[in-house]
Amino acid sequence: MHSKRADNHTWRTIKSGLASTVAFISALLVIAPLGLVFFHLLVNGASSVNWDFFTKLPTPVGTPGGGMVNAIVGSLELLAFASIIGIPIGVLGGVYLAEYGTARGNFALRFMADVLNGVPSIIWGVVVYGLIVLRFKSFSAYAGGLALGFIMVPLVTRTTEEVLLLVPAGYREASLALGISRWKTIVHIVMKTALKGIVTAVLLALARVAGETAPLLFTAFGNRFWNHNLSEPVAALPLQIFSYAISPYDDWHRQAWAGALVLVAMIFLVNLVVRFLTRERVAQVP
Amino acid sequence: MESSTLIDPPMTSPISPPPRRASSHVADSDDARARSPAFEVERLSILYGEKKAIEDVTLAIPSKKITAIIGPSGCGKSSFLRSLNRMHELVPNTRIEGKVFFGGEDIYAAHVDPVVIRRRIGIVFQKSNPFPTMSIAENVLVGLKLNGVRDRAFLRERLEQSLRMAALWDEVKHDLHKPGVSLSGGQQQRLCIARAIAVEPEVLLMDEPASALDPIATAKIEELIHELSANYTVVIVTHNMQQAGRCSDYTAFLYLGRLIEFGSTTKIFSNPSERRTEDYITGRFG
Repeated sequence: MHSKRADNHTWRTIKSGLASTVAFISALLVIAPLGLVFFHLLVNGASSVNWDFFTKLPTPVGTPGGGMVNAIVGSLELLAFASIIGIPIGVLGGVYLAEYGTARGNFALRFMADVLNGVPSIIWGVVVYGLIVLRFKSFSAYAGGLALGFIMVPLVTRTTEEVLLLVPAGYREASLALGISRWKTIVHIVMKTALKGIVTAVLLALARVAGETAPLLFTAFGNRFWNHNLSEPVAALPLQIFSYAISPYDDWHRQAWAGALVLVAMIFLVNLVVRFLTRERVAQVP
Repeated sequence: MESSTLIDPPMTSPISPPPRRASSHVADSDDARARSPAFEVERLSILYGEKKAIEDVTLAIPSKKITAIIGPSGCGKSSFLRSLNRMHELVPNTRIEGKVFFGGEDIYAAHVDPVVIRRRIGIVFQKSNPFPTMSIAENVLVGLKLNGVRDRAFLRERLEQSLRMAALWDEVKHDLHKPGVSLSGGQQQRLCIARAIAVEPEVLLMDEPASALDPIATAKIEELIHELSANYTVVIVTHNMQQAGRCSDYTAFLYLGRLIEFGSTTKIFSNPSERRTEDYITGRFG
């Protein structure tokens, strides 16, 4: 009897050990890709990231040196455009869902936003190609920004809604009870309380679209030179990485690695900022 | 009857000072005002979906007196109180039957804006809820500022006056820029009272304002309520019968959504006409 109990005990210890080992390995596998990506990018790209990379235009094939300043600036232009579309529509959509909508309408809207979030990003490129590029007969920064903006909208909407719903109802009540109108309550009380969360939502959406390549293929198109006119093709980091990576030149491969490193570092930085902003709780529950 | 005060366009004109019922008939003596009731509730029923929270309540709440509403949990006290300034409407699927007259005007008439009603009839909730993003001063003045009052001298004056009336001035006068949520629980509740009286309502509704406070803080709030009754009509919901007995002039006893008895507090507590009132007061149920 006694020995049987001891056996059980040993067996339980083994099972417990096994389970935690499997969980630990799984956790490692989750973060391993990030480590691998950083490792590879650093090994292959770090040597090519230099001052020239941030200040010079690409050089013709065979000429060493050069940089991707046009792609970096182009990406920023595209992100600015995407923000003009994605932030107001996304945030206001989130406000509608959290503050105004009826239960049934909200269900439909949420469902559609979730479907949109799942739409492969190349589809957005095709849509904007049909809407803008064909109509104006030119690839353009506008088209690229619009495609990225479309991707941002449902992302920002859903996260904004969630952070607004975290604001306790007591604050809305307290404000309305002072004879403050509904929209002033929403803007000055609810959104102000959830501001960090909304900023986080926007930054994460920007980080997400910053790395998008597919929707830019037939909208922004890419450009080896400066873009002087927003209705003409514009360079973007992911596009430049793509075209350099599939080229047959070692020189360009190194530049592609460097571009990838810079892009990942930018996204990493944005995530760090988000962490910093959200180090406290989004809304304080009284 | 100045029916126009209830439908004034709320956001266009700053409310300094807010419309006061007495201002247009100054000739009336204070006596006459005190005699005419603040609220006349006629056959009021409140329904949440199919559930009746309040059924067929008829009651006249006297002006510039303290009226306590007592009854066991779930008897509809809070719903009744919130229906007096239309705060209960924030719960979806709410419906009322019957009428509520405030100063002779039907506050549920089609043309009446609930925002204006709430500006004239303030409410303090059970849980203190200072706005977490605002300082003590900002919390007190938010109702005025968001309604367009910009006069700094006036705001400073209202700030001190409101905090003095809420018996909080001496404790916070050197810390006005500190966050409202940094105060103790009792102080926070007095801050919320200051915030409610800063917009100069004519009535203060209080929904168990001291139920989350310790005895010392409770005593302060009760003293404050007593002082406020010189200028305001106060309606206070409480499940603490000693509190009702101590600090009210009139008492209404609600049970299962119905008004069982209403009368002077002395009479209700010493010689109630209804058996159920007596049973509740003496602690036989509830």
